[in-house]
Amino acid sequence: MPLHRFANPARFMRLSAVLLPWCGAGAAALLGIGLYLALFVAPPDYQQGEAVRIMFVHVPAAWMASFVYALLALASAIALIWRHPLADIAAQSAAPLGAGFTLLCLVTGSLWGERMWGTWWVWDARLTSVLVLFFLYLGYIALVNAFDEPGRGARAGAILALVGIVNLPIIKFSVDWWNTLHQPASVFRLGGPTIDPSMLWPLLIMALGFTLFFACLLMIRMRTALIEAKIRALRRAEIERHTAAPRRQAALS
Amino acid sequence: MSEAVARFLAMGGYAAYVWPAYGLTVAVLAGLLGWSLGAYRRSRRRLEQLQGARAP
Repeated sequence: MPLHRFANPARFMRLSAVLLPWCGAGAAALLGIGLYLALFVAPPDYQQGEAVRIMFVHVPAAWMASFVYALLALASAIALIWRHPLADIAAQSAAPLGAGFTLLCLVTGSLWGERMWGTWWVWDARLTSVLVLFFLYLGYIALVNAFDEPGRGARAGAILALVGIVNLPIIKFSVDWWNTLHQPASVFRLGGPTIDPSMLWPLLIMALGFTLFFACLLMIRMRTALIEAKIRALRRAEIERHTAAPRRQAALS
Repeated sequence: MSEAVARFLAMGGYAAYVWPAYGLTVAVLAGLLGWSLGAYRRSRRRLEQLQGARAP
């Protein structure tokens, strides 16, 4: 087996050990500042009143839901094309985190919608495509774990992840293509944000906090997967040593 | 409870929607953190045990 297959995971272990404390401190600081700004500093909306504060958790969760899926699909492509040993591990480590963000997006959106639209749920294109995203995450996780041989599960999951990427532009543009209930983009749009800076800043700080938090957890989960792989390799070596020893004796006699 | 705190907690009448949204966010993020950290610590301990058992 060529050496570079070990070199990259080893380098990842070293690099992530250095990055993790900084990443964790940054995530904690940004989420703390973001929560303070979101709950105490940002003004109530002139139409929505205090209910607008749900935005500061709903929108970062929604951004993360799509961002993590894009990462999952990218890692899956790298795993399929180049067989990079870290790519499958990255994809599988990211999936439950993405599912968590998507669930958060759906439930906080439902709470917000009940107050502002008067309904918990409608089959609006945006809501439906995000629900599909949630099922894509669950399907990926189930598929990866459905095979006895981990390599086949990883490959099947990677293909599902790549097929599911068509859903991302549907989520992004659903509010323009089928303008029913969910509002169109107010931050990432041509002509700049339409949201007031007093709300935009807390939102961006929360979003950056969510991103760093995700980066930390992704590194922790990838480290766990690499340690697990090492444990499996050690156990295999142990078993081989035990089964090889009697055979050698038999050959001597 | 002072009036300012009560007013803050009331969230302009939207308390039943704003606080569950924030509570759930904290719960999901803390849950993911605890789950991932727990698994990390467990596998590190197992690896140490395994390496310790082989050493002598």
